[in-house]
Amino acid sequence: MLDFELRTIMPEIVILTTACLVLMVDVFMRVRQHNLPYRLTQIGLLFAAVLTFKSFGLGTEIILSGAFISDDLSHLLKLFIYLTTFVVLIYSHAYIRVRQILWGEYYCLTLFAVLGMMLLVSAQNILTLYLGLELLSLSLYAMVAMRRDSQMASEAAMKYFVMGALASGMLLYGFSLLYGITGTLDISTMAQVIASTPITDQLVLIFGLVFVVVGLAFKLGAAPFHMWIPDVYQGAPTSVVAFLSTAPKVAAFGMAIRLLVQALPALHPQWIDLLIVLAVLSIAIGNVVAIAQANIKRMLAYSTISHVGFLLLGLLAGNAAGYSAALFYVLTYSIMSLGAFGMVILLSKQGFEAENIDDFKGLNARSPWLAFIMLLLMFSLAGVPPTVGFYAKLAVIEAVLAVDHLVLALIAVFFAIIGAFYYLRVVKVMYFEAPEDASPITVSGGSRFAISLNGLAVLVLGIFPGALLAVCLAVLA
Amino acid sequence: MTGQALIFYTFAAVAIFSALMVITVQNAVRAVLFLVLAFVATAGVWLLMEAEFLAIILVLVYVGAVMVLFLFVVMMLDFTGATQKGPLRYLRPSMLLGVGLALGVVFLLFTVIGPKQFTIMDYPSPAARGADYNDVAHLGMVMYTDYVLAFIAAGCLLLVAMVAAISLAYRGHRAKRQRPSDQVKVKASDRIRLVKMSPGSRG
Repeated sequence: MLDFELRTIMPEIVILTTACLVLMVDVFMRVRQHNLPYRLTQIGLLFAAVLTFKSFGLGTEIILSGAFISDDLSHLLKLFIYLTTFVVLIYSHAYIRVRQILWGEYYCLTLFAVLGMMLLVSAQNILTLYLGLELLSLSLYAMVAMRRDSQMASEAAMKYFVMGALASGMLLYGFSLLYGITGTLDISTMAQVIASTPITDQLVLIFGLVFVVVGLAFKLGAAPFHMWIPDVYQGAPTSVVAFLSTAPKVAAFGMAIRLLVQALPALHPQWIDLLIVLAVLSIAIGNVVAIAQANIKRMLAYSTISHVGFLLLGLLAGNAAGYSAALFYVLTYSIMSLGAFGMVILLSKQGFEAENIDDFKGLNARSPWLAFIMLLLMFSLAGVPPTVGFYAKLAVIEAVLAVDHLVLALIAVFFAIIGAFYYLRVVKVMYFEAPEDASPITVSGGSRFAISLNGLAVLVLGIFPGALLAVCLAVLA
Repeated sequence: MTGQALIFYTFAAVAIFSALMVITVQNAVRAVLFLVLAFVATAGVWLLMEAEFLAIILVLVYVGAVMVLFLFVVMMLDFTGATQKGPLRYLRPSMLLGVGLALGVVFLLFTVIGPKQFTIMDYPSPAARGADYNDVAHLGMVMYTDYVLAFIAAGCLLLVAMVAAISLAYRGHRAKRQRPSDQVKVKASDRIRLVKMSPGSRG
């Protein structure tokens, strides 16, 4: 009956089964228990990770009538999606319980979001891609709104929902134009048809491309389509923000590769121009506006925008080196962002959210080790040498220089230096100012271990970036 | 103009007109009724495209079930406050920007996706199918074979929507609920505590 091995799509089946299991377990438990859904979710993620890891290097397989592709790029992206989700859940475990967020539903929606991302990065036709994207977005809207007692969260969810729906509409309209011209939903067939279309008939394609890029920029959060990011990051529960700013970014990169590089390579000169505008605006707005923020979640939101700008720089280089630099950038960014938001989660207590930069005052006096980890993360986000952030920026700028975009590289470096100011301000506040609340910080063993690993990973990857970079190059070859 | 084209233009005009009325009419109940009309007109267009099953489903599911439910909700809620000023209440000077943008997009649509690109030669209407053609069977075959992944993903999407809606509307266990077993088991000593106090002290 089946014309493929079930192994190819097994990780998706595992995640879907786990999600349904978590939902059922939560409904039928007599006493609402927190640990069981959490454990089940983590086991499901680990199991899927093992399965995905085992299928590395087995070559490219397209199954389900061309709807689903299993290649090394999708495996790598999926592994990072599991990894970041796994670690985010370790950080947010206590956060969710203390704040009485509906646990079962929270974990269930997280798993469905993961499933959406997996479909997104494994999409071989734009129908799968769109459905994966919607699965991801819908779960995220609900997760942002989950603290209904908080007015900020409701407002954030509303903004996110309206903006997200608008972006989906744009994307879908672009898809419909592409489909109208090429007559196919399949990504590789679409690329072939477009390559054989005469230049004069490309007007509609370019029109569709603009809508696709705008939708993509909305989802990635690139300026000038970034307005929702700061409000959502500030209003949503920190555990959701930590999730929102890591795994979906990785998935969005996968979507950009599938759409721009694999489906529309023939329109490369056109989308380069669009990406240049997006990249420059994102880097400029992200880095400059972040300086004025007193709320650390808002600051990190603007930091996200600027990092997305760098990611786009790598993409617009338009060759394997550029794509792999962008991939390296997004993977390492997900690790850094994971740590930074993890720290915000861990410093929060019942009835207190460590949301302001002032809440980090004198962290060194309260917990030298956590302060050191935060220092590493901030250095890495700023791009200070021994950390991986520096290497990621270097790789992207190198790729841009290789295709003779000197001005772009200069702009990127200039704004990165401006951006270093606000990351270093956090470091200054931690080390050179007296704490307002001198009580020691209580962090559970698991979270402490995870955040230590997270911080050290930034350093180790910075010193030995070769292995990951080689993998990034190999999967995009 | 053939008869078919005449029917198409009638349905299309009704669909556009009623869609416009949905967003401009002041009374919310009327807006829902116009939405019903829009759906019916669209179902007519689909019938012309030989998508009989979809047309019937649209009428049965949307008009028959969803819209009726919608009508109930709209009637139960009180919308009098919002309906007094009409659509012009949103008018602001900054809306000129929006109008300009909309005109620009419409202009682009006409120049880019006009008859020049999508000619009748490149996109001829498909040949009419025989009377014995069964589009339900065909749809079912395609849905469970070629598009099975999309079908399952759409199912997950609906499940997520349900989980999300319930978790957002769930207000926790109602605290004021009687438990007969507890009421029966209760003893006088659980309710009253006699405390010895000296006459002069103030508790």
